Amino acid sequence: MSVPRHWREIPKRYRLIGSKCSNCGRTYFPPRNVCRECGTTKLEEVKLSETGRIITWSVVHEPPRGFERYVPYVIAIVELDDGTRLMSQITDCEPEELQIGTRVHAVFRKIREEGESGIIYYGYKFKPIK
Amino acid sequence: MTKEAGIIGYGAYIPIYRIKAQEIARMWGNNNGHVPIMEKAVAGIDEDLVTIAVEAAKYAIRRAKIDPREIGAVYVGTESKPYAVKPSGTIVAEAIGATPLVVTADFEFACKAGTEAFHACMDHVLAGRMKYAMAIGADTAQGRPGDQLEYTAASGGAAFIFTKKSDKTLAYCEGAVSFVTDTPDFWRRAHEHYPMHAERFTGKPAYFHHIVSSVKTLMETTGLRPSDFKYAVFHQPNAKFPVKVAKMLGFTLDQIKPGLLSPEIGNCYAGSSLVGFAATLDVANPDDRILLASYGSGAGSDAFSFVVQDTILEKRNPIPSVRSLISERKYIDYSMYVKFRGKIRA
Repeated sequence: MSVPRHWREIPKRYRLIGSKCSNCGRTYFPPRNVCRECGTTKLEEVKLSETGRIITWSVVHEPPRGFERYVPYVIAIVELDDGTRLMSQITDCEPEELQIGTRVHAVFRKIREEGESGIIYYGYKFKPIK
Repeated sequence: MTKEAGIIGYGAYIPIYRIKAQEIARMWGNNNGHVPIMEKAVAGIDEDLVTIAVEAAKYAIRRAKIDPREIGAVYVGTESKPYAVKPSGTIVAEAIGATPLVVTADFEFACKAGTEAFHACMDHVLAGRMKYAMAIGADTAQGRPGDQLEYTAASGGAAFIFTKKSDKTLAYCEGAVSFVTDTPDFWRRAHEHYPMHAERFTGKPAYFHHIVSSVKTLMETTGLRPSDFKYAVFHQPNAKFPVKVAKMLGFTLDQIKPGLLSPEIGNCYAGSSLVGFAATLDVANPDDRILLASYGSGAGSDAFSFVVQDTILEKRNPIPSVRSLISERKYIDYSMYVKFRGKIRA
Protein backbone atom coordinates (compact mmCIF):
# COMPACT_ATOMS: atom_id res chain seq x y z
CA MET A 1 0.00 0.00 0.00
CA SER A 2 1.27 3.48 -0.79
CA VAL A 3 1.59 6.23 1.83
CA PRO A 4 -1.00 8.48 0.06
CA ARG A 5 -3.51 5.63 -0.13
CA HIS A 6 -3.06 4.86 3.58
CA TRP A 7 -3.48 8.58 4.36
CA ARG A 8 -6.70 8.79 2.32
CA GLU A 9 -8.14 5.82 4.19
CA ILE A 10 -7.19 6.97 7.70
CA PRO A 11 -10.69 8.04 8.88
CA LYS A 12 -12.28 4.70 8.04
CA ARG A 13 -9.30 2.59 9.15
CA TYR A 14 -8.80 4.48 12.44
CA ARG A 15 -12.38 5.23 13.46
CA LEU A 16 -14.60 2.79 11.52
CA ILE A 17 -16.27 5.46 9.42
CA GLY A 18 -18.66 3.81 6.95
CA SER A 19 -21.45 5.10 4.75
CA LYS A 20 -25.21 4.99 5.21
CA CYS A 21 -27.84 5.21 2.46
CA SER A 22 -30.19 8.07 3.27
CA ASN A 23 -32.89 6.37 1.16
CA CYS A 24 -33.02 2.77 2.44
CA GLY A 25 -30.80 3.05 5.53
CA ARG A 26 -28.33 0.35 4.57
CA THR A 27 -24.78 0.81 5.93
CA TYR A 28 -21.53 -0.08 4.19
CA PHE A 29 -17.91 -0.64 5.09
CA PRO A 30 -15.73 0.35 3.36
CA PRO A 31 -17.89 3.37 2.45
CA ARG A 32 -19.63 3.30 -0.96
CA ASN A 33 -20.76 6.10 -3.28
CA VAL A 34 -23.75 4.19 -4.66
CA CYS A 35 -26.18 2.09 -2.59
CA ARG A 36 -26.09 -1.53 -3.72
CA GLU A 37 -29.72 -2.05 -2.62
CA CYS A 38 -31.60 0.92 -4.05
CA GLY A 39 -29.08 2.53 -6.42
CA THR A 40 -29.23 5.98 -4.86
CA THR A 41 -26.12 8.12 -4.59
CA LYS A 42 -27.33 9.82 -1.43
CA LEU A 43 -25.02 8.20 1.09
CA GLU A 44 -23.54 9.93 4.09
CA GLU A 45 -20.63 9.17 6.41
CA VAL A 46 -21.58 7.31 9.57
CA LYS A 47 -19.62 6.13 12.61
CA LEU A 48 -20.15 2.38 12.82
CA SER A 49 -20.67 0.32 15.94
CA GLU A 50 -17.48 -0.95 17.60
CA THR A 51 -18.98 -4.22 18.82
CA GLY A 52 -20.33 -7.19 16.91
CA ARG A 53 -20.07 -10.93 16.36
CA ILE A 54 -18.12 -13.28 14.14
CA ILE A 55 -20.05 -14.62 11.13
CA THR A 56 -17.21 -16.76 9.80
CA TRP A 57 -13.41 -16.86 9.81
CA SER A 58 -10.33 -18.34 8.25
CA VAL A 59 -6.75 -18.82 9.43
CA VAL A 60 -3.97 -17.38 7.26
CA HIS A 61 -0.75 -19.41 7.16
CA GLU A 62 0.64 -18.11 3.84
CA PRO A 63 0.38 -14.34 4.19
CA PRO A 64 0.77 -11.56 1.67
CA ARG A 65 4.04 -9.64 1.86
CA GLY A 66 4.33 -7.55 5.02
CA PHE A 67 2.26 -9.85 7.21
CA GLU A 68 4.87 -12.61 7.75
CA ARG A 69 5.46 -11.74 11.43
CA TYR A 70 1.82 -12.26 12.32
CA VAL A 71 1.13 -15.79 11.03
CA PRO A 72 -0.93 -17.69 11.80
CA TYR A 73 -3.59 -15.00 12.06
CA VAL A 74 -7.36 -14.96 11.79
CA ILE A 75 -9.36 -13.06 9.16
CA ALA A 76 -13.07 -12.89 9.91
CA ILE A 77 -16.30 -11.46 8.63
CA VAL A 78 -17.75 -9.51 11.53
CA GLU A 79 -21.35 -8.35 11.74
CA LEU A 80 -21.44 -5.14 13.77
CA ASP A 81 -24.33 -4.45 16.13
CA ASP A 82 -25.66 -1.90 13.62
CA GLY A 83 -25.89 -4.65 11.00
CA THR A 84 -22.86 -3.66 8.90
CA ARG A 85 -20.63 -6.53 7.82
CA LEU A 86 -16.91 -6.07 7.35
CA MET A 87 -13.69 -8.03 7.05
CA SER A 88 -11.19 -7.77 9.88
CA GLN A 89 -8.25 -9.45 11.53
CA ILE A 90 -9.04 -10.95 14.92
CA THR A 91 -6.24 -10.34 17.42
CA ASP A 92 -5.21 -11.37 20.95
CA CYS A 93 -6.58 -14.89 20.45
CA GLU A 94 -5.76 -18.33 19.09
CA PRO A 95 -7.98 -19.66 16.27
CA GLU A 96 -9.28 -22.47 18.51
CA GLU A 97 -10.78 -19.92 20.90
CA LEU A 98 -13.23 -18.70 18.25
CA GLN A 99 -16.73 -19.85 17.33
CA ILE A 100 -19.35 -18.56 14.95
CA GLY A 101 -21.18 -15.95 17.00
CA THR A 102 -18.23 -15.04 19.25
CA ARG A 103 -18.72 -11.47 20.50
CA VAL A 104 -15.91 -9.11 19.49
CA HIS A 105 -15.02 -5.45 19.90
CA ALA A 106 -12.88 -3.10 17.83
CA VAL A 107 -9.32 -2.29 18.88
CA PHE A 108 -6.66 -0.03 17.38
CA ARG A 109 -3.59 -1.98 16.25
CA LYS A 110 -0.63 -2.03 13.90
CA ILE A 111 -1.71 -3.65 10.66
CA ARG A 112 1.77 -3.80 9.17
CA GLU A 113 5.02 -1.87 8.82
CA GLU A 114 7.17 -0.94 5.83
CA GLY A 115 10.30 -2.51 7.30
CA GLU A 116 12.38 -0.67 9.93
CA SER A 117 12.49 2.67 8.11
CA GLY A 118 9.09 2.94 6.43
CA ILE A 119 5.65 4.00 7.56
CA ILE A 120 3.59 2.11 10.16
CA TYR A 121 0.05 1.34 9.03
CA TYR A 122 -2.40 1.47 11.93
CA GLY A 123 -6.04 0.53 11.82
CA TYR A 124 -8.88 -1.46 13.32
CA LYS A 125 -8.85 -5.11 14.29
CA PHE A 126 -11.32 -6.94 16.48
CA LYS A 127 -10.75 -9.04 19.57
CA PRO A 128 -13.02 -11.40 21.50
CA ILE A 129 -14.96 -9.90 24.43
CA LYS A 130 -14.18 -11.91 27.55
CA MET B 1 -14.05 31.40 38.66
CA THR B 2 -12.68 28.09 39.84
CA LYS B 3 -8.94 27.89 40.38
CA GLU B 4 -8.87 24.13 40.36
CA ALA B 5 -8.56 21.67 37.52
CA GLY B 6 -10.46 18.41 37.64
CA ILE B 7 -10.48 15.04 35.92
CA ILE B 8 -13.63 14.29 33.94
CA GLY B 9 -12.55 10.92 32.57
CA TYR B 10 -9.73 8.41 32.75
CA GLY B 11 -8.88 5.09 31.17
CA ALA B 12 -6.10 2.55 31.44
CA TYR B 13 -4.92 -0.15 29.10
CA ILE B 14 -2.72 -3.16 29.81
CA PRO B 15 -1.88 -5.69 27.07
CA ILE B 16 -3.05 -9.24 27.77
CA TYR B 17 0.33 -10.97 27.43
CA ARG B 18 2.46 -11.74 30.51
CA ILE B 19 5.88 -13.22 31.00
CA LYS B 20 6.84 -14.55 34.42
CA ALA B 21 10.03 -13.11 35.93
CA GLN B 22 11.11 -16.67 36.70
CA GLU B 23 10.98 -17.45 32.97
CA ILE B 24 13.41 -14.57 32.31
CA ALA B 25 15.58 -15.81 35.21
CA ARG B 26 15.60 -19.33 33.69
CA MET B 27 16.75 -17.89 30.38
CA TRP B 28 19.72 -16.05 31.88
CA GLY B 29 20.78 -18.65 34.43
CA ASN B 30 19.70 -16.62 37.44
CA ASN B 31 18.98 -19.63 39.62
CA ASN B 32 18.93 -18.02 43.05
CA GLY B 33 15.22 -17.28 42.76
CA HIS B 34 15.58 -13.55 43.46
CA VAL B 35 13.50 -11.64 40.93
CA PRO B 36 12.19 -8.09 41.44
CA ILE B 37 8.54 -8.79 40.48
CA MET B 38 6.28 -11.79 39.75
CA GLU B 39 5.40 -11.09 36.11
CA LYS B 40 5.17 -8.25 33.63
CA ALA B 41 2.80 -7.15 30.87
CA VAL B 42 4.10 -7.50 27.32
CA ALA B 43 2.68 -5.68 24.29
CA GLY B 44 1.34 -8.03 21.61
CA ILE B 45 3.03 -8.30 18.24
CA ASP B 46 0.64 -5.72 16.74
CA GLU B 47 0.81 -3.29 19.67
CA ASP B 48 3.06 -0.33 20.38
CA LEU B 49 2.97 2.93 22.34
CA VAL B 50 0.43 4.44 19.96
CA THR B 51 -2.06 1.55 20.10
CA ILE B 52 -1.82 1.41 23.91
CA ALA B 53 -2.35 5.18 24.16
CA VAL B 54 -5.38 5.00 21.83
CA GLU B 55 -7.06 2.22 23.84
CA ALA B 56 -6.54 4.10 27.12
CA ALA B 57 -7.75 7.36 25.53
CA LYS B 58 -10.90 5.72 24.15
CA TYR B 59 -11.80 4.39 27.60
CA ALA B 60 -11.18 7.86 29.06
CA ILE B 61 -13.53 9.49 26.52
CA ARG B 62 -16.24 6.90 27.14
CA ARG B 63 -16.00 7.48 30.86
CA ALA B 64 -16.01 11.27 30.43
CA LYS B 65 -19.02 11.08 28.05
CA ILE B 66 -17.71 14.03 26.02
CA ASP B 67 -17.45 14.83 22.32
CA PRO B 68 -13.78 14.15 21.41
CA ARG B 69 -13.83 17.18 19.07
CA GLU B 70 -13.96 19.35 22.20
CA ILE B 71 -10.58 18.05 23.39
CA GLY B 72 -8.14 20.90 22.79
CA ALA B 73 -4.88 19.11 23.60
CA VAL B 74 -3.60 15.55 23.31
CA TYR B 75 -0.22 15.06 24.96
CA VAL B 76 1.50 11.69 24.92
CA GLY B 77 4.19 11.15 27.55
CA THR B 78 6.46 8.28 26.59
CA GLU B 79 9.95 7.06 25.80
CA SER B 80 8.81 4.37 23.33
CA LYS B 81 7.90 6.52 20.34
CA PRO B 82 7.47 4.28 17.28
CA TYR B 83 8.85 7.08 15.11
CA ALA B 84 11.97 9.04 16.05
CA VAL B 85 10.55 11.91 13.98
CA LYS B 86 6.76 12.06 13.61
CA PRO B 87 4.53 12.80 16.57
CA SER B 88 2.68 9.94 18.22
CA GLY B 89 0.14 12.52 19.37
CA THR B 90 -1.18 13.11 15.86
CA ILE B 91 -1.95 9.42 15.39
CA VAL B 92 -3.65 9.21 18.78
CA ALA B 93 -5.63 12.44 18.22
CA GLU B 94 -6.77 11.21 14.79
CA ALA B 95 -7.78 7.79 16.11
CA ILE B 96 -9.92 9.22 18.92
CA GLY B 97 -11.50 11.86 16.67
CA ALA B 98 -9.96 14.95 18.28
CA THR B 99 -8.42 16.32 15.06
CA PRO B 100 -7.95 18.82 13.47
CA LEU B 101 -8.42 21.70 15.96
CA VAL B 102 -6.13 20.32 18.65
CA VAL B 103 -2.67 20.87 20.14
CA THR B 104 -0.61 17.69 20.20
CA ALA B 105 2.90 16.87 21.32
CA ASP B 106 4.93 13.98 22.64
CA PHE B 107 6.34 14.64 26.09
CA GLU B 108 9.70 13.15 26.96
CA PHE B 109 10.86 12.73 30.57
CA ALA B 110 11.51 9.02 31.13
CA CYS B 111 8.90 7.64 33.54
CA LYS B 112 7.39 11.01 34.48
CA ALA B 113 6.53 12.14 30.94
CA GLY B 114 2.84 11.44 31.61
CA THR B 115 2.57 13.49 34.79
CA GLU B 116 4.61 16.21 33.06
CA ALA B 117 1.66 16.46 30.68
CA PHE B 118 -0.70 16.78 33.70
CA HIS B 119 0.84 20.18 34.49
CA ALA B 120 0.36 21.44 30.93
CA CYS B 121 -3.21 20.14 30.65
CA MET B 122 -4.30 21.63 33.96
CA ASP B 123 -2.81 25.02 33.04
CA HIS B 124 -4.52 24.92 29.61
CA VAL B 125 -7.99 24.39 31.04
CA LEU B 126 -7.50 26.82 33.93
CA ALA B 127 -6.34 29.51 31.49
CA GLY B 128 -9.61 29.00 29.62
CA ARG B 129 -7.82 28.18 26.36
CA MET B 130 -9.76 24.96 25.91
CA LYS B 131 -12.57 22.98 27.50
CA TYR B 132 -10.78 19.64 27.76
CA ALA B 133 -7.14 18.55 27.65
CA MET B 134 -5.88 14.98 27.60
CA ALA B 135 -2.65 13.72 29.17
CA ILE B 136 -1.47 10.21 28.41
CA GLY B 137 1.41 8.29 29.96
CA ALA B 138 2.23 5.03 28.20
CA ASP B 139 5.21 2.92 27.22
CA THR B 140 6.35 -0.33 25.72
CA ALA B 141 9.50 -0.32 27.81
CA GLN B 142 12.56 -2.19 26.63
CA GLY B 143 15.30 -3.78 28.74
CA ARG B 144 18.51 -5.14 27.23
CA PRO B 145 18.34 -8.95 27.16
CA GLY B 146 19.98 -10.26 30.32
CA ASP B 147 19.97 -6.84 32.05
CA GLN B 148 18.22 -6.34 35.40
CA LEU B 149 15.77 -4.00 33.66
CA GLU B 150 14.51 -6.85 31.51
CA TYR B 151 12.65 -8.31 34.50
CA THR B 152 10.55 -5.19 34.96
CA ALA B 153 10.38 -3.18 31.67
CA ALA B 154 6.71 -3.57 30.76
CA SER B 155 3.92 -2.24 28.57
CA GLY B 156 0.82 -0.28 29.52
CA GLY B 157 -0.59 3.19 29.93
CA ALA B 158 -3.36 5.46 31.11
CA ALA B 159 -5.12 8.59 29.85
CA PHE B 160 -6.70 11.42 31.85
CA ILE B 161 -8.99 14.17 30.58
CA PHE B 162 -8.79 17.46 32.47
CA THR B 163 -11.29 20.28 32.62
CA LYS B 164 -12.18 22.98 35.13
CA LYS B 165 -13.46 21.55 38.42
CA SER B 166 -17.26 21.23 38.41
CA ASP B 167 -19.95 18.79 39.56
CA LYS B 168 -19.16 16.76 36.42
CA THR B 169 -15.51 16.12 37.36
CA LEU B 170 -14.71 12.94 39.31
CA ALA B 171 -11.68 14.34 41.15
CA TYR B 172 -9.90 17.68 41.36
CA CYS B 173 -6.31 18.70 41.94
CA GLU B 174 -5.63 20.79 45.05
CA GLY B 175 -1.85 20.95 44.76
CA ALA B 176 0.94 20.16 42.29
CA VAL B 177 4.74 20.20 42.57
CA SER B 178 7.52 19.40 40.11
CA PHE B 179 10.97 18.71 41.59
CA VAL B 180 13.76 18.40 39.00
CA THR B 181 17.58 18.15 39.02
CA ASP B 182 20.18 16.95 36.51
CA THR B 183 20.79 13.44 37.82
CA PRO B 184 22.18 10.98 35.24
CA ASP B 185 20.76 7.71 36.62
CA PHE B 186 19.32 6.29 33.37
CA TRP B 187 19.57 7.29 29.71
CA ARG B 188 19.42 6.11 26.13
CA ARG B 189 21.53 7.73 23.43
CA ALA B 190 20.20 8.30 19.91
CA HIS B 191 20.06 5.18 17.67
CA GLU B 192 20.48 2.85 20.65
CA HIS B 193 17.82 0.18 21.17
CA TYR B 194 18.22 -0.19 24.93
CA PRO B 195 18.77 2.22 27.82
CA MET B 196 21.77 2.30 30.15
CA HIS B 197 21.52 2.81 33.89
CA ALA B 198 23.92 3.66 36.68
CA GLU B 199 23.21 0.51 38.72
CA ARG B 200 22.64 1.30 42.44
CA PHE B 201 22.81 5.02 41.72
CA THR B 202 19.17 4.71 40.59
CA GLY B 203 18.04 4.40 44.24
CA LYS B 204 19.06 6.92 46.89
CA PRO B 205 20.17 10.02 44.91
CA ALA B 206 17.65 9.42 42.13
CA TYR B 207 14.30 7.73 42.93
CA PHE B 208 14.18 8.32 46.69
CA HIS B 209 15.66 11.84 46.79
CA HIS B 210 13.33 13.21 44.12
CA ILE B 211 10.10 11.59 45.31
CA VAL B 212 10.74 12.45 48.96
CA SER B 213 11.55 16.06 47.97
CA SER B 214 8.50 16.54 45.73
CA VAL B 215 6.10 15.01 48.25
CA LYS B 216 7.55 16.94 51.22
CA THR B 217 7.27 20.18 49.22
CA LEU B 218 3.66 19.35 48.39
CA MET B 219 2.93 18.69 52.07
CA GLU B 220 4.53 22.00 53.08
CA THR B 221 2.64 24.05 50.49
CA THR B 222 -0.75 22.42 51.14
CA GLY B 223 -0.38 21.88 54.90
CA LEU B 224 -1.40 18.23 54.48
CA ARG B 225 0.00 15.20 56.31
CA PRO B 226 0.19 11.54 55.20
CA SER B 227 -2.78 10.72 57.45
CA ASP B 228 -4.94 13.17 55.45
CA PHE B 229 -4.67 10.85 52.43
CA LYS B 230 -6.80 7.77 51.94
CA TYR B 231 -4.48 6.49 49.20
CA ALA B 232 -1.03 7.13 47.77
CA VAL B 233 0.49 6.08 44.45
CA PHE B 234 4.22 6.17 43.76
CA HIS B 235 6.19 5.38 40.64
CA GLN B 236 6.84 1.63 40.55
CA PRO B 237 10.14 0.57 38.95
CA ASN B 238 9.95 -2.71 40.92
CA ALA B 239 7.98 -4.09 43.86
CA LYS B 240 10.37 -2.81 46.55
CA PHE B 241 10.99 0.90 45.87
CA PRO B 242 7.39 2.17 46.18
CA VAL B 243 6.90 0.33 49.49
CA LYS B 244 10.17 1.75 50.83
CA VAL B 245 9.47 5.35 49.76
CA ALA B 246 5.96 5.12 51.24
CA LYS B 247 7.47 4.12 54.60
CA MET B 248 10.08 6.90 54.42
CA LEU B 249 7.31 9.46 53.92
CA GLY B 250 5.01 8.03 56.62
CA PHE B 251 2.45 6.23 54.45
CA THR B 252 1.13 2.78 55.28
CA LEU B 253 0.87 -0.33 53.13
CA ASP B 254 -2.93 -0.01 53.15
CA GLN B 255 -2.67 3.45 51.58
CA ILE B 256 -0.56 2.26 48.63
CA LYS B 257 -2.12 -1.17 48.15
CA PRO B 258 -4.81 -0.45 45.49
CA GLY B 259 -2.33 1.32 43.23
CA LEU B 260 0.66 -0.97 43.73
CA LEU B 261 0.60 -2.98 40.51
CA SER B 262 4.29 -3.51 39.65
CA PRO B 263 4.44 -7.06 41.12
CA GLU B 264 1.76 -8.12 38.61
CA ILE B 265 2.39 -5.97 35.52
CA GLY B 266 5.94 -4.64 35.90
CA ASN B 267 7.08 -1.10 35.29
CA CYS B 268 5.27 0.46 32.35
CA TYR B 269 7.48 3.56 32.66
CA ALA B 270 5.47 6.72 31.83
CA GLY B 271 2.35 4.63 32.41
CA SER B 272 3.52 3.20 35.74
CA SER B 273 2.24 5.66 38.34
CA LEU B 274 -0.69 6.62 36.08
CA VAL B 275 -2.06 3.08 35.78
CA GLY B 276 -1.65 2.86 39.58
CA PHE B 277 -3.58 6.14 39.91
CA ALA B 278 -6.35 4.80 37.63
CA ALA B 279 -6.57 1.60 39.72
CA THR B 280 -6.85 3.73 42.86
CA LEU B 281 -9.62 5.89 41.36
CA ASP B 282 -11.42 2.61 40.53
CA VAL B 283 -11.86 1.90 44.25
CA ALA B 284 -11.87 5.42 45.72
CA ASN B 285 -14.97 7.04 47.22
CA PRO B 286 -16.13 10.66 47.28
CA ASP B 287 -13.97 12.93 49.50
CA ASP B 288 -11.03 10.49 49.54
CA ARG B 289 -7.72 12.26 49.05
CA ILE B 290 -5.13 10.60 46.76
CA LEU B 291 -1.42 11.40 46.56
CA LEU B 292 0.18 10.76 43.17
CA ALA B 293 3.98 10.94 42.96
CA SER B 294 5.74 10.03 39.75
CA TYR B 295 9.45 9.66 39.18
CA GLY B 296 11.33 10.15 35.93
CA SER B 297 14.99 9.40 35.47
CA GLY B 298 17.19 12.24 34.48
CA ALA B 299 15.65 13.20 36.99
CA GLY B 300 12.51 14.54 38.58
CA SER B 301 9.30 13.81 40.44
CA ASP B 302 5.83 15.31 40.14
CA ALA B 303 3.60 15.19 43.21
CA PHE B 304 -0.14 15.91 43.14
CA SER B 305 -2.93 15.88 45.68
CA PHE B 306 -6.30 14.90 44.22
CA VAL B 307 -9.65 14.97 46.02
CA VAL B 308 -12.29 12.53 44.77
CA GLN B 309 -15.77 13.93 44.02
CA ASP B 310 -19.29 12.46 44.08
CA THR B 311 -19.37 11.91 40.31
CA ILE B 312 -16.86 9.06 40.64
CA LEU B 313 -19.70 6.73 41.62
CA GLU B 314 -21.52 7.31 38.31
CA LYS B 315 -18.38 6.82 36.24
CA ARG B 316 -17.38 3.25 37.05
CA ASN B 317 -19.32 1.08 34.59
CA PRO B 318 -19.18 -0.10 31.86
CA ILE B 319 -15.49 0.83 31.47
CA PRO B 320 -13.28 -2.09 32.51
CA SER B 321 -11.46 -1.54 35.81
CA VAL B 322 -7.68 -1.79 35.93
CA ARG B 323 -8.14 -4.94 38.04
CA SER B 324 -10.21 -6.58 35.28
CA LEU B 325 -7.59 -5.58 32.67
CA ILE B 326 -4.90 -7.21 34.81
CA SER B 327 -6.94 -10.39 35.25
CA GLU B 328 -7.28 -10.90 31.47
CA ARG B 329 -3.92 -12.48 30.71
CA LYS B 330 -2.09 -15.02 28.59
CA TYR B 331 1.34 -16.31 29.48
CA ILE B 332 4.09 -16.43 26.90
CA ASP B 333 7.54 -17.98 27.10
CA TYR B 334 10.83 -16.20 26.49
CA SER B 335 11.03 -17.12 22.81
CA MET B 336 7.58 -15.71 22.08
CA TYR B 337 8.52 -12.65 24.14
CA VAL B 338 11.58 -11.88 22.00
CA LYS B 339 9.47 -12.26 18.85
CA PHE B 340 6.73 -9.96 20.18
CA ARG B 341 9.20 -7.30 21.28
CA GLY B 342 11.15 -7.31 18.03
CA LYS B 343 14.36 -8.54 19.63
CA ILE B 344 15.09 -10.89 16.73
CA ARG B 345 16.97 -8.96 14.07
CA ALA B 346 17.87 -10.48 10.72
